[in-house]
Amino acid sequence: MRERIAGGYDDFVIPFMVGMAFIFIYLFIALIRLFTHIPPKDRIKFFKSLVNPKILYKDCRDILLDCLLHVKIFKRNLLLGYMHASIAFGWFMLIVVGHIEMWLYVPQRNGLLYYPVFFRYFVKQEGDLTIKGAFFFFLMDFFLLMVLSGVGLAMYKRFRSTALGMRRTTKPCFADRVALACLWSIFPLRLLAESFTAGIAGGSFLTKPMYWLFNNFLSNDAHILPTWWAYSTALGLFFLALPFSRYMHIPTEAFLILLRNAGLKVTKPRKGFAEAEIYSCSSCGICIDACPMNIQKKNLPFSSVYFIRFLRRHNTRKINQISDKCLMCGKCVALCPVGIESCGIKRAQRATLYNDIKHDYTYLHQAHHTPDSPAHPLPGTQAATGTSAATGTLSASVQADAKLSGRGTASEKVLYFAGCMTHLTPSVIKNLTGIFESSGTEYVFADKDGGVCCGRPLILAGREDAAKEVIARNTELIRNSGCKKVVLSCPICLKVLKEEYNLKGIELVHHTQFINTLLEQGKIKVSPTAGSMVYHNPCELGRGCGIYKEPLNVLQQLGELKKAAKEGKESICCGGSLGSLTLNYEDRGKITQGSLAALTINDPQKIITACPLCLKTFADKADRPVMDIAQIVNENICQK
Amino acid sequence: MGKFGFALSPSSRINLDEVDKVKFAKLVEIEPDVLKCMACGSCTASCTAGKFVKTSMRSAILALQNGKNEDAINFLKGCLLCGKCTMVCPRAINTRHLIISILKVYQ
Repeated sequence: MRERIAGGYDDFVIPFMVGMAFIFIYLFIALIRLFTHIPPKDRIKFFKSLVNPKILYKDCRDILLDCLLHVKIFKRNLLLGYMHASIAFGWFMLIVVGHIEMWLYVPQRNGLLYYPVFFRYFVKQEGDLTIKGAFFFFLMDFFLLMVLSGVGLAMYKRFRSTALGMRRTTKPCFADRVALACLWSIFPLRLLAESFTAGIAGGSFLTKPMYWLFNNFLSNDAHILPTWWAYSTALGLFFLALPFSRYMHIPTEAFLILLRNAGLKVTKPRKGFAEAEIYSCSSCGICIDACPMNIQKKNLPFSSVYFIRFLRRHNTRKINQISDKCLMCGKCVALCPVGIESCGIKRAQRATLYNDIKHDYTYLHQAHHTPDSPAHPLPGTQAATGTSAATGTLSASVQADAKLSGRGTASEKVLYFAGCMTHLTPSVIKNLTGIFESSGTEYVFADKDGGVCCGRPLILAGREDAAKEVIARNTELIRNSGCKKVVLSCPICLKVLKEEYNLKGIELVHHTQFINTLLEQGKIKVSPTAGSMVYHNPCELGRGCGIYKEPLNVLQQLGELKKAAKEGKESICCGGSLGSLTLNYEDRGKITQGSLAALTINDPQKIITACPLCLKTFADKADRPVMDIAQIVNENICQK
Repeated sequence: MGKFGFALSPSSRINLDEVDKVKFAKLVEIEPDVLKCMACGSCTASCTAGKFVKTSMRSAILALQNGKNEDAINFLKGCLLCGKCTMVCPRAINTRHLIISILKVYQ
């Protein structure tokens, strides 16, 4: 292999170099802008992560598995995974092998950006083909074929997306179309260019036969320059369109992984970390099929992918419309191959709208308690003084119950925090307290006479300042109770207690986990007499808190557990989610029906859930009994 | 009417001229559900914050219709947005959004 073109330059590299220069300048400026928008504390965190070997290893692993091999998409659909991986990994390997070839054969050209890209044009094969040369020829042809097969699949997906496991795909915008046309033409053009040049520069199983084929009816030499020009132009155009198209995700995604592994979080809806997330969106459209709202076609424009597109365009009206409507069920986040936390961005966006709303929670602080205060406020004073006495019950009774009544000390007892929604479904409270009694668990009922909301609904509505007051008050109450274990019935409360409360040293469990432990420890025994049932994974319990196994463990001991159409992290929101602000009753009803249809696909006798909100939402529309897991366990307990 | 000093309780007279029609129209545009309320009071009965301080969706809507915007805000400023009222509303009013919208429009 020897250099054929003296000087190692030809005019056709100009379009490529223009595109390259543009993209480098653009990315450099974007990077600096992004860093200025990141809070200084996070910036330090990021730089520290770059010298931490553990995080660095995770960075490399994530970049290889997610950006290049697209393992997450493979897990969903093999063909779709192959399509993404072949283009990304194949292209990456073409660049890598191209560079290796240059270093090996023409080391004097090291540092020329365009040289490895147009390597075949600049070199010529001399004498017999060495094994080393043949190996690289093979590799180059192999990876080119890999990319071409991916491009072929991508073209096929345009017409029949269902074959690749996608019912609906994203509608590309103008810049996307331009970049897409360039991307699709880059690799066929490269194949043509290398084929025409194969007589001079050599080739392997793909380019050589193409050369002989064309040789029959074309004068190959006359086509060499035009095809290299076309290839270079397609590349240049692609780079020019890149920042304005979805393909901006190629450079941004890797950077996002670095930021995420450094532990950065969304602070503002459009700046800093959020901006890295926004530009990492590849508009693959997996979130469109994932969104429970899209059971109605009219809701398609409210998918996360379009939310991010409007964020890129600074279209405030649309951004607000979508962020207010989102159910925050987290399914799009769970399925996103890039791992974009669109719900976090939506929450930040809501905060810009609603965080400054006036609130007055002084009533939370009116109650004060001392260890010497009576166990319960006197009923008479409660009625007479109204609000302050009522708040008195809230704190004093919890504390007094924990310390004075019963046999054990407070630290041995569990604190039961039912939450607002559970008070609307008394069956959950009744059955869970039944289980407490059957198992001999000593408990303190924190909000027996009504408590304070956990704060999660306020956070979901973007009113974080208001939520902080509620959280501070609840934290105080839970800490003062002296209990070391809190059992919650509502996954919404559980999530916020886990994430936003400072309850170090106190174990937080959902009642499904609690029941599961009781069964494992043999404190209660159940009979398998419940019949057939299906389990609905509540969004906040499954995707929110990562609790999938325990409820299934419990239910398997009760009867026949049937499969739903969508399970685990793909479970469909019940439609009652507190996340959505503007979704009306009719639209919610459609989601509920869709979710029920997916649950009852194998015709179970009962639907079991573990969230009072899901229970209430389903119960209105289901054609068969809907129960909480506590109820079905309590009904099938074997009396000792 | 002049004050004669005989009243035991403050006047509950409603002056419909005080209704801010522009703001109410804006509210209806943001959340049309405000027109659906039939004042049954389920929301008030189930209210979490209502146990501690007078908080009432129903009273707030009535107050707005009667031109008592200040009262409406006072009925809602203790709201924790827990969503129980949405769950119990027989008219399926999107109460949480309505509360946020009222607070935002009339603030």
